[in-house]
Amino acid sequence: MSRSAREDILARISRAVDGAPEVEIPRRYRATARVDDLVGLFTERVGDYRAIVHVVPEAEVPARIAGIVAGRRMVVPDGLPAEWTPPDASDAGPADPYTADGVITGCAVAIAETGTIVLDTGPGQGSRAQTLVPDYHLCVVRADQIVAGVPEAVSRLDPIRPLTWISGPSATSDIELNRVEGVHGPRTLEVLVAVS
Amino acid sequence: MSATFIGMPGNFPKNSAQAVQNSQLRYNLRKATHTIRGKRASVVGELPDWQELRAAGKAIKDETLRHLDRYLLQLEEAVTAAGGHVHWARDAAEANRIVAGLVKATGEREVVKVKSMATQEIGLNEALAAEGITAYETDLAELIVQLGDDFPSHILVPAIHRNRAEIREIFLDRMEDAPPGLTDEPAALAEAARVHLRERFLRSRVAVSGANFMIAETGTLVVLESEGNGRMCLTLPETLISVVGIEKVLPTWRDLEVFLQLLPRSSTGERMNPYTSTWTGSAEGQDFHLVLLDNGRTDVLADEVGRQALRCIRCSACLNVCPVYERAGGHAYGSVYPGPIGAILTPQLRGMGSELDASLPYASSLCGACYEVCPVAIDIPEVLVDLRAKAPHGAAERAGMRVAGWVLNDQARLAAAQRAATRLRGLVPRRLPGPLSAWTDTRDLPDIPEESFRDWWEREG
Repeated sequence: MSRSAREDILARISRAVDGAPEVEIPRRYRATARVDDLVGLFTERVGDYRAIVHVVPEAEVPARIAGIVAGRRMVVPDGLPAEWTPPDASDAGPADPYTADGVITGCAVAIAETGTIVLDTGPGQGSRAQTLVPDYHLCVVRADQIVAGVPEAVSRLDPIRPLTWISGPSATSDIELNRVEGVHGPRTLEVLVAVS
Repeated sequence: MSATFIGMPGNFPKNSAQAVQNSQLRYNLRKATHTIRGKRASVVGELPDWQELRAAGKAIKDETLRHLDRYLLQLEEAVTAAGGHVHWARDAAEANRIVAGLVKATGEREVVKVKSMATQEIGLNEALAAEGITAYETDLAELIVQLGDDFPSHILVPAIHRNRAEIREIFLDRMEDAPPGLTDEPAALAEAARVHLRERFLRSRVAVSGANFMIAETGTLVVLESEGNGRMCLTLPETLISVVGIEKVLPTWRDLEVFLQLLPRSSTGERMNPYTSTWTGSAEGQDFHLVLLDNGRTDVLADEVGRQALRCIRCSACLNVCPVYERAGGHAYGSVYPGPIGAILTPQLRGMGSELDASLPYASSLCGACYEVCPVAIDIPEVLVDLRAKAPHGAAERAGMRVAGWVLNDQARLAAAQRAATRLRGLVPRRLPGPLSAWTDTRDLPDIPEESFRDWWEREG
């Protein structure tokens, strides 16, 4: 009776590393980055990816959303705060992502240094398909959701939830290694940063 | 991809001698590698703790490899607990059989694919085709390679050897729905690919991917990409099959804080790639299968010097700085892993039985630029030199080296040889006759001094 692939591979590994030295992991890199103006750095870095970005006082967010999405059929995910829900979307119910013009979401966390937003499919963030299939994504980021660097974001996130880290609109560097925005994901990413 | 590299004839010197005659190729490669080098240097320079991240990345990978069996078992348990299924494959044939079986069980005959080095390495597309299953590559560069019946020539950008005009030609010739007025603007080419693949994404029920990282602690898989084809494949189909090399595991979720900084900056030269997807087991009700692939990796692991190649996170920074890669191009390496990392990985994974694989450790000037940029500090020159010693050598070369060793190993013999050389210095030819001229034509023989340093020291000291 021959051994299973699993037993074979595990046995080969244990033979291969027999006697190899133990390893210390030095973690002398920055666990937290020092950033004075989180909103300023985040908006600058999001803008570098050629996403559209606005900084808006919290009280004005509903009006800005209404203005931006006017005339667009938007996917409105479950749990989106009522004040962010576009006025004409509530009675129609959530639009089908395959025919909608766009999707509006919140986010789980945002990273200033890299200009990244992270979705974890939690309330107001939609399923992965809802934020992928429409060609336009409007994401509202509360200022207190922005952390300085990648380590802070990783520690805030729950790995059991499916995560999507988004840094700008869909892009490719496959033609002569030049970045071109707009392939299979949403071709336009618009970010509203709500500040108090 | 129409064919795999396995069993490709030739050797690196012959292949590269041909490649350097292709001025279009040299122009395309120079332009692309210099663009990406500049971008990488600028975003790496932004991080004050790059060297600390690099040291941590190296150590995390070494720790993983040291206890790889333990971490794989932990991963298997976590993936299974989260509703996924784990399969183990000793080699390419076994992995291909497993994937084909899983696809057939769904009743489907088509799969969409996310760019994956592991599935290229095992020739999965060809194996599926033999079973009547069509695999569609969805990454733009992979699509260009697949449509052009071509070989990939770069880890990150498999179509780096093609410029925009050539890509336009391939699309017009081979893509049935390419718009007739297609221009060679990169945006127009990307749009054509978007339209071409859209229906396929929405229709496909089975996807095949690889993964950049797997987290042992949580059972989470991680894929970094740019275009959104990855998200399409990972999210929409009902069944997802991921084929991943066993060395891709990381011990803890926290370890991602290191690699999500190292990889994008080293790879595309961005602060972050547009999309990173992570999922644990059966996400949003998907049927998830993980195929863990050995295919020579445990042989590499057994080599004390060579095992550091398994730290590789496939960023391709070493390709982009390599003077040899820039001139020879990726095809000359005859493997899905070209460039400096390919020169140490391929001969270790496949062995040095073929002429091509035995020539790869010499595909380098040992300048060390690859080591400098490697985000996990793989000492590629060290491994190259070690592999050169292990590579097969001709009888004449071995005899010559034995004589040189005999002379150099003994003071008296060396002094005698030096004195003999001094006496005969007028008679040493500048150019050797016959086939030996190939050696002397490309090298300057150093002048032999009137007196050796040892003799001078003895006289004066």
